Amino acid sequence: MLYWLWLVPAVPFAGFLILVLAGRRLGRAGTAVVGVGSIAVATAIAFAIVPPFLALPGPDRVFTQTLWTWMRIGDFTPTVGLRLDALSLVMMLVVTGVSVLIHLYSSAFMDGDEGYARFFSYMNLFVGSMLVLVLADNLLLLYLGWEGVGLCSYLLIGFWYRDPVNANAGRKAFIVTRVGDTALAIGLFLIATHLGTLDIQLLMARAAAAWAPGSALPIAAAALLLGGAVGKSAQLPLQTWLPDAMAGPTPVSALIHAATMVTAGVYLIARTHVLFALAPPVQFAVAVVGAATLLLAGCSALTQRDIKRVLAYSTISQIGYMFLALGVGAWSAAIFHFMTHAFFKALLFLGAGVVIIEMHEEHDMFEMGGLRRDLPVTFWTFLIGSASLAAVPLVTAGFYSKDLILFDTWSSAAGGPWLWLAGLVGALLTSLYTFRMVFVTFFGERHRAPAGRAGWRMTLPLVVLAVLAIVAGFVELPPTLGDKPYFTGFLLPVLPAVAAIPARALDLGRLQIAAGLVSLAGIYVSWLLYGGRRATVTALMRHPSALVTRRFWFAGWGFDWLYDHVFVRPVVWFAFADRHDVVDRIYDGLAWSSRAGWRALSATETGRIRAYAAGVTIGAIIITTIVIWT
Amino acid sequence: MGAVPLAHGLVVAALLFGLGLLGVLVRRNLIFILLSIEVMLNAAGLAFVIAGARWGQADGQVMFLFILATAAAEVAVGLALALQFYRRLGSLDADAAAALRG
Amino acid sequence: MILAWLILVPAIAGVLAWAAERWSRAWPRWVALAGTIVDLVLAVRLWIAAWSAAAPPPGHWLVELNLPWIDALGIRFHLGLDGLSLLLVLLTAFLGIMAVACSWTEIQDRIGLFHLHLMWVLAGIIGVFLSLDLFLFYFFWEMMLVPMYFLIGMWGHERRIYAAVKFFIFTQISGLLMLVAIVALSVVHGRATGVYTFDYVQLLGTPLSPTTGWWLMLGFFGAFAVKLPVVPVHTWLPDAHTEAPTAGSVVLASLLLKTGAYGLLRFVLPLFRDAAASFAPVAIGLGVVGVLYGSVLAFGQTDLKRLVAYTSVSHMGFVLIGVFAGTALALQGAILQILCHGLSTGALFILVGALQERTHTRDINELGGLWPIVPRMGGMTMFFALGAMGLPGLGNFVAEFLVLIGTYQVSPTAAALASIGLIISTLYALWMIQAAFQGRSRETIRIRDLGAREMAMTAALVVALVWLGVYPQPVIDAAVPVVATLTTGPQGAAR
Repeated sequence: MLYWLWLVPAVPFAGFLILVLAGRRLGRAGTAVVGVGSIAVATAIAFAIVPPFLALPGPDRVFTQTLWTWMRIGDFTPTVGLRLDALSLVMMLVVTGVSVLIHLYSSAFMDGDEGYARFFSYMNLFVGSMLVLVLADNLLLLYLGWEGVGLCSYLLIGFWYRDPVNANAGRKAFIVTRVGDTALAIGLFLIATHLGTLDIQLLMARAAAAWAPGSALPIAAAALLLGGAVGKSAQLPLQTWLPDAMAGPTPVSALIHAATMVTAGVYLIARTHVLFALAPPVQFAVAVVGAATLLLAGCSALTQRDIKRVLAYSTISQIGYMFLALGVGAWSAAIFHFMTHAFFKALLFLGAGVVIIEMHEEHDMFEMGGLRRDLPVTFWTFLIGSASLAAVPLVTAGFYSKDLILFDTWSSAAGGPWLWLAGLVGALLTSLYTFRMVFVTFFGERHRAPAGRAGWRMTLPLVVLAVLAIVAGFVELPPTLGDKPYFTGFLLPVLPAVAAIPARALDLGRLQIAAGLVSLAGIYVSWLLYGGRRATVTALMRHPSALVTRRFWFAGWGFDWLYDHVFVRPVVWFAFADRHDVVDRIYDGLAWSSRAGWRALSATETGRIRAYAAGVTIGAIIITTIVIWT
Repeated sequence: MGAVPLAHGLVVAALLFGLGLLGVLVRRNLIFILLSIEVMLNAAGLAFVIAGARWGQADGQVMFLFILATAAAEVAVGLALALQFYRRLGSLDADAAAALRG
Repeated sequence: MILAWLILVPAIAGVLAWAAERWSRAWPRWVALAGTIVDLVLAVRLWIAAWSAAAPPPGHWLVELNLPWIDALGIRFHLGLDGLSLLLVLLTAFLGIMAVACSWTEIQDRIGLFHLHLMWVLAGIIGVFLSLDLFLFYFFWEMMLVPMYFLIGMWGHERRIYAAVKFFIFTQISGLLMLVAIVALSVVHGRATGVYTFDYVQLLGTPLSPTTGWWLMLGFFGAFAVKLPVVPVHTWLPDAHTEAPTAGSVVLASLLLKTGAYGLLRFVLPLFRDAAASFAPVAIGLGVVGVLYGSVLAFGQTDLKRLVAYTSVSHMGFVLIGVFAGTALALQGAILQILCHGLSTGALFILVGALQERTHTRDINELGGLWPIVPRMGGMTMFFALGAMGLPGLGNFVAEFLVLIGTYQVSPTAAALASIGLIISTLYALWMIQAAFQGRSRETIRIRDLGAREMAMTAALVVALVWLGVYPQPVIDAAVPVVATLTTGPQGAAR
């Protein structure tokens, strides 16, 4: 059964091929069957692999499958090989599970779109690439999946390409992430050159043996990998593409820009954690990037009007938490939050998608309102997702994962109170913007009636994800609440435990109470501000400094403006100014001067005999003079 | 009778040559250009004779005879060309024949 | 003798195609197609034979042909085939078919003459790849140049004369430089050993003083740099590629440029080992400049063909870097890049040519929104544009990655700078797709999608590119002996 592992990425690829080659002939139903079915089959195989995997001997269960040697040049022999261990198993299950739900949802959501087959072919390609990314046993194959998901992200953001805005957003996403990818590629060159391999396990073993902690090479390697990770995971300073990526269809935002692809950076860092542990400055940078990103994005989320942009900034912010966890060495906590986040954020996006099509493609929350009664299933599932995102204590999955991150940040030797405080403030922001969204969308005045288009294929995934958004947290119960760390225990063979300072670990109870209170306080404040008539907010917004702040946050702290002026415009200007190639002017000059010389010489060819005689005379005189005088 | 100094003879030859050259350059009439060339040739011949007399060598006079023959041939061909020139172009203006202008 | 046939088949097919126009307008096409297919069959048979046979000892060739030609000057008709030339001959024959097929409807004027020129260019290119006599090499070098000049000048687009003359002057001047270097090398060898010869194998061990070696190396490098092209001498390329008919662009970009790369690998590195080593930093620098500058130029273009042409400057920069980085990985990468660039750029020219044939414009500003009208063309263009920007899973990625990783071992800075080219290549590739195929169409244009012939051509190229991307091992294996000789010298390969 384990040998079917290769089928998990292969089946989606096969679905992609079928849809590309025969997309038109399949018809709508056939397309849906192939598109959703291939993912369902892959998911079934992925889950069927779990029991035999658990039956493997030993605590560090590993199954590797080498399909073929990609290329063999001397000692450089990257393979096309898959590696299944605890980490990649979790990733694989989350990716396939969420994918199948979102595909099912999409089959209804995209109904009636002219690019139905095209949509599912891209989606299948994406799932296949994502699975290659998480299952790859070497960095080169991982890079293949990495670029593959980037490509699909580009294709799907610009899916409705007739509007240049969408196409531009897709292009921006691809280019910005490719900046990070290039850093990652250079990191790969460095690792391959100095460690002689790209096999992830081998390179980590060699790095641990050959590199001293804190020396230049591991710092460079980890920094370059971090460059790739911040690009893909939309962290500072490469976060600008994700809000614009909301131009894509909503299921795409749910799958790619919330649940799976954007967390690839988290996975990469966790996968190569030994390199980061060898480079303490870079690891600290990971934590700082995470903390800064979660605060900045949280503030921006507070000011958005477009429901999807709120969720986009929220995603950036939540991935900031994961980076924070990675930065303090809490590898499993990051993966735990990745899992719960995949569930509740996919749920929120899908719920938002329902709201948007019920509202006739309206994205502005302030044009919605009062949908509580019209869309009960959506409302309740959305509420559960929001509660999970806001980390409502005890009953939501988000609470357990975020709490673990905050606790590890506090107690880890690499963390500390300041990072913890950033995380706590971020938690307040999270519950503020989340429930602002809930209250504005589902409470208050009703602006227009819903279209009533959401069928069972759209509501079923909502319900399933809502259940997961609650129960997924119970796999990791902290010491104060039952002490059942199944999740981190399962990942322990792959991801080492946090290096905690024992004295700080005693504060767990107090920290949890603080985090729970902050979350509830945020909900209460947002009820005060947005629950009723919003008189306070209106009054607040009259103040000029509040207006300026809002505009600044709304524009994502001006990063777009900055990059536009510093990078985009100069490059475009230069390319446009130099489109006739300044080097060619040199050859034009050469051609021009030889033509000028020809013209000058041919002007002396008058055809008059006396002029020639004069020329001969003058020449003779000059030569004679020279002969006499020298 | 004292010999004419070499310098005097050469100055006369140079003057003759210069006059001839000037004639070639400034006259437009083909006949006059031919005449001027004759003057230049004779100036060169004069220089040879003077030089031969100075060193007592016969070579100078031999060269003069040679120039004489060349000049005769040149006049014959030149006049024939001038005749053709006049028939083709209807004038003896040397500048009228500028068809080889570049 | 099979080597001579490889050259003779297209040459004869060209003459027959010319003569065949007398009977029918379709005949020249079929004759030329048959010629290229026969050539491909011959090359594939050689490949199979090479695969099954044991690798020949170093210094020997898989197949060799050595006939007397001009004995008085030590010039012989010496052809030889090793892994490198085999790969390039295969590429030539394969793309030769494409070149004939893509002119099927485009060329309607003097069809026989067109195919005569096309076939003779191909024959010259194959000759270049097979020659082991420097004089013979120069002969073929010129032989591919002249018909190409006529292809551009007679069947090209608006500014064809300008482009053809520019192409001719650039290549001719650089070719003469090489001729001087060839003769000088022969003379130096003759003075040192008493044997006046142009034979490649004998000239390999010529003892050269550093200064002489340096200047002779520059003579060869000049010729190959213009063909490659290297940045300061690249400006003939966009004009020639843009103005040439589709088949001409395909042959130029996919094959003629490769003769420059081949020359570097075959002549500059082995003949002038020391001089090339000391020149390497400069060459790598030029390569990096080419990668970056070429891609920025491509980004600025509004003419689709010109855009694709400038991407060649960028991609061949990788070849230059790889060749002079000199590590096994970089050399393998450079060889793969030669093949993959040939396939992907050839395909892009075919597609742009097909687009121009339908819409009668190459101007990006007049296109747009074509995807719903011609989805197959859009998909194919997307595929090859992604190939051009080095998407993993396609051959170009493997090639560029190997070049960069091999270069990193020599110069991390150069590798890092060249990697920036990957970002800029994203800019132009996506810009090309978006401008031509996305957005709203200007008016409701009715144009045909790719037909069966065009689909067959592009599908073959897709398959080749994917194959090179996921399992390039056969190509790598074929090139291993050559690369071993280049990295360690002839003695090293023997070990």
